[in-house]
Amino acid sequence: MKQRSTRPRAASAAAATVWWLRLYVAGRTPKATEALANLKRICETRLPGRYRIEVVDLVKNPALATADQILALPTLVRKQPPPARKIIGDLSSERRVMAGLDLLTT
Amino acid sequence: MSKNTIQKRNSHSARLAKSPTGIAGLDEISEGGLPCGRPTLLCGSAGCGKTLLAMEFLVRGVTEFGERGVFVSFEESANELAENVQSLGFDLKKLVTQKKIFLDHVIIERSEIEETGDYNLEGLFIRLDYAVKQIGAKRVVLDTLEALFGGLSNEALIRAELRRLFRWLKVRKLTAIITGERGEKSLTRYGLEEYVADCVILLDHQVADQITTRRLRIVKYRGSLHGTNEYPFLITSQGFSVLPITSLGLNYPVSTRRLSTGNEELDGMLGGKGFFRGTSVLVTGTPGTGKTSIGTQLVDAACGRGERAIIFAYEESQEQIIRNQQSVGIDLRPWLRRGLLQIHAVRPTVYGIERHLVEMYDRTRNFSPHIVFMDPINNLSVTNKPNELQTALIRLIDFFKERGITAVFTQLQPMSEPEAMLGVSSLMDTWLELRNEEDEGVFRRTLFIRKSRGMAHATQRREFKITARGVELESPIASPRRDGRKEFVTL
Repeated sequence: MKQRSTRPRAASAAAATVWWLRLYVAGRTPKATEALANLKRICETRLPGRYRIEVVDLVKNPALATADQILALPTLVRKQPPPARKIIGDLSSERRVMAGLDLLTT
Repeated sequence: MSKNTIQKRNSHSARLAKSPTGIAGLDEISEGGLPCGRPTLLCGSAGCGKTLLAMEFLVRGVTEFGERGVFVSFEESANELAENVQSLGFDLKKLVTQKKIFLDHVIIERSEIEETGDYNLEGLFIRLDYAVKQIGAKRVVLDTLEALFGGLSNEALIRAELRRLFRWLKVRKLTAIITGERGEKSLTRYGLEEYVADCVILLDHQVADQITTRRLRIVKYRGSLHGTNEYPFLITSQGFSVLPITSLGLNYPVSTRRLSTGNEELDGMLGGKGFFRGTSVLVTGTPGTGKTSIGTQLVDAACGRGERAIIFAYEESQEQIIRNQQSVGIDLRPWLRRGLLQIHAVRPTVYGIERHLVEMYDRTRNFSPHIVFMDPINNLSVTNKPNELQTALIRLIDFFKERGITAVFTQLQPMSEPEAMLGVSSLMDTWLELRNEEDEGVFRRTLFIRKSRGMAHATQRREFKITARGVELESPIASPRRDGRKEFVTL
């Protein structure tokens, strides 16, 4: 109880919400598969039961690239909780993914 | 230049297909436009007009050549772009609504992006491909790709992706303009020129004597002839205007028709019939020798025959010209009223010579005069660049000749060195020299035809008076010689 009260407010709010993560890929490439596997692994350890992963294949839906300003692939976008954050690459470095998602404090 | 001339020229260099830009002057110096289906690099320092030129290329592609275009902006938003090109008279929003132009604003915020592991720029390719397919685009602008280097940290990856992008554009046969910021040692800051091998255009602006001149140069154009000079250009209310210095070569139609000077005696000196139409006439003289009166007389005579004329006056206002010419029996007001005459009076120092030229081009195109009278040409060039006036005149003379317009220029010779010429006389077909000569305490005005190409003209110096009835030539007279002796000449 005491420990929880020292947490930053944003992190405690984040801890309560379901994380909505959107992964943009271009087709089922090895890189895309790897990124998704990496993401699932990190979520399972860090956000068990509190995450939702949505995969957007831009080859099938190219029009969706503009809204989130996608340029590099793969790109992971944290849609919830706000603010939106972006991580590009195959998500191979767990530590950097955590930093990018702002997960280190939770 | 007429469309015909461009096409004629294209047949000479037909090996390389070109996409006309529709930008005034650029298609002439590039011998037909940009390489069709290939990328062109457009570089220059900030604020030199890269974005506007690229946008005009797209807009004219739609409006003049029926080719749709995609504009990928890494800097300005769609709204900003629309506002900026509105000043050129382009309704970008309408073209976007009509699906003739597709705008995509790519935002790269480095601070928002965490990089972890391997990636590529496939997202950019997908967006570009989507945009091109949406409207069936043939033209693409990427402005400016170098923003990628600022937004992402893996430079080696960006370079590999750029190489892929240029190949991608070529494979799809898209005529593209890629803009790049001018680098200190290279053409672009990140050396984009090493990827775009086909055509590189450089924009530049220089400030001399507080007047800015923008210049354009085609640095390279693989497999094509192109003008290699630096060409001045302007951004006008109608878009870009590049001023090719000698775009026409010397292939304009030549007239054998004559134009009366409005003075029978003077016509007599010019082979009996006056100037050839569509030629250039230079009237030189020290102050007060009657240059303006000779020119105005010609204009008056032309308007009297129902022809149109424009006076470009760089020393006097319209009212002054009208009043002064009334005193020598020339009334210009009826011609102004009847719409046969336009007087455009402006201080030459108001703007640089390039803008003067565009002004003259515009007015001439709109009014299609038979005669243009410019009085005087001296002050047009206010900078110290010696060739500026000459190159400007070459362009002007070409422009007038192509349209069969007779152009009369006056040039003031300084009192101190009346022989000092700014090297423009060689451009002129006819050269009338006026002098004020002192002869035993009396000043006499004399006129001499230094040259008049293609006709047997009088070779003696003639005295003339400016009276209330205009310019009146005296009968052939004794001409004072420099050595003080007198020599009598006869017709």
